[in-house]
Amino acid sequence: MIELHVILVLMIAASIVAMEIEDLLSSVIALGAVGFGLTLEFLLLKAPDLAITQLVVEILSVIILIRATVGVKLPAERIKARIGYFAFAVVFAGVFLFFAHKAVVQLPPFGEPIMKIGREYIASAMERTGAVNIVSAIILDFRGYDTLGEASILFTSVIGVLAVLRAAGKKKGKAQ
Amino acid sequence: MSLYLLCLILFLIGIYCLLVKKNLVKKIIGFGIAEYAVNLFFILLGYRAGGEAPILDKHEALTNIVDPLPQALILTSIVIGLGVTALMVAIVLRIYDKYRTFDINEIKKLKG
Amino acid sequence: MKETSGMSLIVKRVTRISVSLIFLYGVYILLHGHITPGGGFAGGVIIALSFIHLVLAFGREAAFKRLSHEFISLAESAGGLMFLIIAVLGFSGGFFFLNFLRHGTPFELFSSGTIILCNIAIFIKVGAGLFAIFIALAMLRIPIEQEKG
Repeated sequence: MIELHVILVLMIAASIVAMEIEDLLSSVIALGAVGFGLTLEFLLLKAPDLAITQLVVEILSVIILIRATVGVKLPAERIKARIGYFAFAVVFAGVFLFFAHKAVVQLPPFGEPIMKIGREYIASAMERTGAVNIVSAIILDFRGYDTLGEASILFTSVIGVLAVLRAAGKKKGKAQ
Repeated sequence: MSLYLLCLILFLIGIYCLLVKKNLVKKIIGFGIAEYAVNLFFILLGYRAGGEAPILDKHEALTNIVDPLPQALILTSIVIGLGVTALMVAIVLRIYDKYRTFDINEIKKLKG
Repeated sequence: MKETSGMSLIVKRVTRISVSLIFLYGVYILLHGHITPGGGFAGGVIIALSFIHLVLAFGREAAFKRLSHEFISLAESAGGLMFLIIAVLGFSGGFFFLNFLRHGTPFELFSSGTIILCNIAIFIKVGAGLFAIFIALAMLRIPIEQEKG
């Protein structure tokens, strides 16, 4: 289990780099490094479905974020560190970690989940659905409603992007 | 136990980046980091020590399988996160189109 | 970013081969979604990435001549509608979303009833939707003018 800790510490280091560096392209690439570390974590936690999906979604989201930063010349963040914001952030982090520690202690220990519903799904997936991949059987047969909701969320985000960016195209077309 | 706390530290880094930074693209990056931390936390909850991946085998019956239910929920959440990131990037591009800057202090001063 | 002529000749030659391989890989991940890890979501994103590869290598105008906007929006709507129709047809067995086709033998390619049809519907929808998002982002042209210091 030591490799889980090591990769998680590397992800934290990469996310601090993504946060602090001034050049936007470098920070987007550091975000890509965090996403790839997450893919490795999913593989080590025995979730291959999630690893494949996280890998390709990470590539696509880095492409979209790079599109936001290319061709944009902008001044670097010249904001000096304000003591007020920093102190508030530290106090908030302290309070959050205190209550999180109280909550995490009451969870079942790592490696022994309770799995009341999971056992039912594993025992009956092959007879009731005929599928061998239990995660596919869950998202498309036992819990198909959630997949319907997710399809409608994707549809809404596509409509949103087209609606936000279409007016810009029309205005540019008229201006030219 | 220490894994849960490290995961929550990653979440705190994302929230800090979302709150404190002035650049809009940095805020989107902070949002992405917080979303990675939440997805990882769910899968950490479902791991079973010595368990196998939730795919049945033809030649032997697997007895120790990790919990498949959090994996099904987070599969949906990863693709939804991509849709939300794309919409945020579209809105930020429109803001840049109008105000010519990514800095939110400047955007608050320039109106219309 | 040179927008009219795409990238160099070497990239264009290699893209002709690699795009078909990525497409084939996406269809493989889709069709074996109920036997091996993967499924409709991962396959759809891989298909969208192969089309994006085509747009990045050949430039915007040359790639848009093959795939028109109406076809992409039609494909996305068709995918979503197919998913909903399969769900409503489950009423023939008594419940919404019932798996009403026969289940077949496990570990075969054509088993598990409606799961493979739902995977195909999700695949078309996710692939077309993500490619439409990328086209919308790539067609917005921000004029690069002098910075105000």
